[in-house]
Amino acid sequence: MAPRLKLFLPLILFLVLAAFLFRGLSLDPMAMPSALIDQPLPDFQLTALADDRPLSRADVIGEPALFNVWATWCISCRVEHPYLQQLADSGVPIYGINYKDEDTAARRWLRDLGDPYRANIVDREGTLGVDLGVYGAPETYLVDADGVIRYRHVGVIDERVWRDTLEPLWREVLALETTP
Amino acid sequence: MNALRTTALALWMLLLALPAAAVIETYEFSEPELEQRYRALSQELRCPKCQNQNIADSNAPISQDLRRLLHQQLEAGASDREILEFMVARYGEFVRYRPAFNAATAILWLAPVLLLLAGAAGLLMLLRGRKQSPTTLDSDDEARLTALLQTAEKDA
Repeated sequence: MAPRLKLFLPLILFLVLAAFLFRGLSLDPMAMPSALIDQPLPDFQLTALADDRPLSRADVIGEPALFNVWATWCISCRVEHPYLQQLADSGVPIYGINYKDEDTAARRWLRDLGDPYRANIVDREGTLGVDLGVYGAPETYLVDADGVIRYRHVGVIDERVWRDTLEPLWREVLALETTP
Repeated sequence: MNALRTTALALWMLLLALPAAAVIETYEFSEPELEQRYRALSQELRCPKCQNQNIADSNAPISQDLRRLLHQQLEAGASDREILEFMVARYGEFVRYRPAFNAATAILWLAPVLLLLAGAAGLLMLLRGRKQSPTTLDSDDEARLTALLQTAEKDA
């Protein structure tokens, strides 16, 4: 190595380090890829919140839909709720997964705040949650007409998340359903 | 003296009891070997919610669920490999503190070795450079040096 170049070595090292650190500023350390992307929605035998009738995977797939993991103990779910209602009103089918919750509290929540869900799967023990790789609420899964998970969003869905991330994917999934 | 020793012993025993407070629930195992594997696995599995704790240390609800599952699967006769595969299928390689070696985790496994090699190479270059440094001047350089020193003396 030329001696002149050697003098610049600390500067070069600093620039490389600075580039990595700068990139790190805009990375979300909590972001975690879902292991279930492009995997089928796991099978389950649970009940519906509304009337306790049995509910399984076959009952909820067939058309593209969102699967929203929520619970009454989850503060962010309350924040998210009005926007879910808005989405449901605009025609997006949403299924709820009532995650590790109490039925009476969950029913009261839906009565008081409105019910954006097609149906609610009661996952009292969190078994479906584990099969989905859920680690908190709210989480929302985009499932296509074949019952394949296409995307997972961790955290609250608001207008920005829908517009920037979910809506483009949603349109893609809808387009796939109508073409063949 | 005796009282001091007793106090010290009591304190020491308290310290020993600390790990017992780390996890709230306890599980009964049909065989001691299962309990050992439970300990090992719950320390290797990472809590997906808190990310910097293993599921043995974490009290997040998801860690409680995973511990319960771990216990159920061990009692059902699942092998360590099967249990890890079950967890990885749901939470990704992230859930293991010792992820399998693949394209995505290669940098994680190789970085320490690469950094060590880079450090060794740097050190080697530095040492070699130092050995060469006491260079002898040839006659031309010597003449220039004396000339320079003379002009410097004149200026002073």
